[in-house]
Amino acid sequence: MIEIRWHGRGGQGAVTSVELLALAAIDEGKYAQGFPSFGPERRGAPVAAFNRVDSERIRIRSGIYHPDVVVVLDESLIGLVNVTEGLKPGGKLIVNTSKKAADVMKILNYSGAIATVDATGIAWKELGVPITNTTMLGALVKVTGVVGLDALAGPVEHRFGRIASKNMAALKRAFDEVKIN
Amino acid sequence: MGKRKGMEIALAAAEAAALCRPDVIAAYPITPNTHIPEHLSDIVAEGRLDAEFICVESEHSALSACMGASGAGARVFTATSSQGLLYMAEIMAIASSMRLPVVMALGNRALSGPLNIWNDHSDIMSQRDTGWISLFASHGQEVIDMVIQSFRIAEDRDVMLPININLDGFQLTHVVEVMDFPLQEEVDAFLPVYKPYASLHPDHPCSMGTLGLPEIFAEATRAREAAVVNSRKTILKVWDEWEKRFGRRYEPIESYKMKGAEVAVLTMGSMGETAEVAIDALREKGVPVGLLKLKLWRPFPYEDLQKAVKGVKSLIVMDRAVSFGGPGGPVASEIRSALYDDPNRPDLTNYIFGLGGRDVTVEDFITMIDKVRLADKKRPKEHYEFYGVRGE
Amino acid sequence: MANKRWPENWQDVTPGCIVSEPGSASQYHTGDWRAQRPIWDNTKCIKCGVCYIFCPEGCIIEKEDGFFEADLDYCKGCGICAHECWPLAIKMVEEG
Repeated sequence: MIEIRWHGRGGQGAVTSVELLALAAIDEGKYAQGFPSFGPERRGAPVAAFNRVDSERIRIRSGIYHPDVVVVLDESLIGLVNVTEGLKPGGKLIVNTSKKAADVMKILNYSGAIATVDATGIAWKELGVPITNTTMLGALVKVTGVVGLDALAGPVEHRFGRIASKNMAALKRAFDEVKIN
Repeated sequence: MGKRKGMEIALAAAEAAALCRPDVIAAYPITPNTHIPEHLSDIVAEGRLDAEFICVESEHSALSACMGASGAGARVFTATSSQGLLYMAEIMAIASSMRLPVVMALGNRALSGPLNIWNDHSDIMSQRDTGWISLFASHGQEVIDMVIQSFRIAEDRDVMLPININLDGFQLTHVVEVMDFPLQEEVDAFLPVYKPYASLHPDHPCSMGTLGLPEIFAEATRAREAAVVNSRKTILKVWDEWEKRFGRRYEPIESYKMKGAEVAVLTMGSMGETAEVAIDALREKGVPVGLLKLKLWRPFPYEDLQKAVKGVKSLIVMDRAVSFGGPGGPVASEIRSALYDDPNRPDLTNYIFGLGGRDVTVEDFITMIDKVRLADKKRPKEHYEFYGVRGE
Repeated sequence: MANKRWPENWQDVTPGCIVSEPGSASQYHTGDWRAQRPIWDNTKCIKCGVCYIFCPEGCIIEKEDGFFEADLDYCKGCGICAHECWPLAIKMVEEG
């Protein structure tokens, strides 16, 4: 079973990310959970969202305290929120940033596996808005292979309709451009 | 059979209710339950369900409207949580005494105060004496199944009682997971058109909700108690039929790894799923521990409980609610009372935990179980124990 | 007072205590509660119908000649009709 924690700000679509990932995994015949940090949320406030993906039925219903993967949608959260808290040794950190990986690791005092992608830049270009939730899904899939890239197409299409193709384009670019350290 | 689909459980509950073709839905939103009535209003607006959706101004009106509609012969559905349920409280007992088959989904949430929108069982526990049938779901599939089963159970001529399906707020309502959705044809075949025992219709007028003088109240109440108790027969029959049609088995108390269990844990709701993982871990170490997942809360499953604890030396009952100043958590008090006359009853330990959204992990279960099974015999036996509370 | 037939045993109570005999309230003659009764003086009555409207029991009947009287099976003698009658055509008179 893989446990993933997403960090974002209210309004950036972290909850949508976990939903799309869960649905993609389910479409592939896997089992998945996707859920937000529970509670009222406000635009701009730091939020977390979570995924579990497994080939067998998932029974654990507690929160995720030791994720295998952490995804950071908004780099302004680094320094504000302890994004690497509980990340398993050998776990992977995926950050939306235009900085070099080494710089991010220094700020975080982190020496584990890290992947970086300028998701904000990609989102501006492909979507016209700095909303990185779908973009970062591409990076996540490349780094972890948790689901196939194609499996995301259906859920993205269903969720975004008219602008689905733009979201898939952003997703695919992040998949191609993410730098795995 | 069925359609495998990923969906947020609250939305799935709404879809399941829609499959049952309710005539009237009267509901008011409240976190964490809001998505249920909200999604149903979408379904009605989209034309996928031919129903009256009444946007009432309060939960008191929601249940009142449902009762009126049910009295007129409509199939009705509503949903709420916590303070919303308390706002309905005046009507709860009336729906039962009037024998109206209202179906309600309850996203269990803590009763204020302090104000708390997160999960525990205090809301339904405050209403356990109102004469409703109560089911507890542990995961998304059970939520869908129980919503559909509930219409069938409630409307049966041998039952005619309101029924609530309990699903943990946030822990279940807000989780996206995979479920098998019965097809419309399958639900139609399982759930016949509602034929009420009596309805407010000019062709066959009757009076409902009459005054009950002291000369009749005791008998009327006794009859109502008999109805709740006897509903068990229909519930078991419906669950048998469900298994035949859909291949999924439901029992008042589901046993997990109880073979040779000396210690048993009893849970209700989604914590049972997490507990299973703890039981697996302990069994792997050779600890003879098992799990009992209680799904039928009212009518209380006496026989199933007595059978389930045979041979068990120590029973650990988990409560997610407090009965202030009472002899233990609500569930433990009832279990203790039900087992009182059994000379071979197990030792009972009551943990009260998971209040107001306090998370419950696999490690927590292992810790609680170890505390009991490795306890020093001289450890004083309290009626109940709080777990996971700072300073305790 | 009407003869009340309570169900013999709890098993005989109708589900939900439903009363399926329509208009069965009419079997209960609340007129037995009366201590005084309304008397109409038809020389003063202007047939306005205010007494008929205000009667809380709904037991004031308009006769064929357009004047009014109380159905004494149900009239409880509350006196509201007399109180509301502005030509003062109704007087409350002691029973017995």
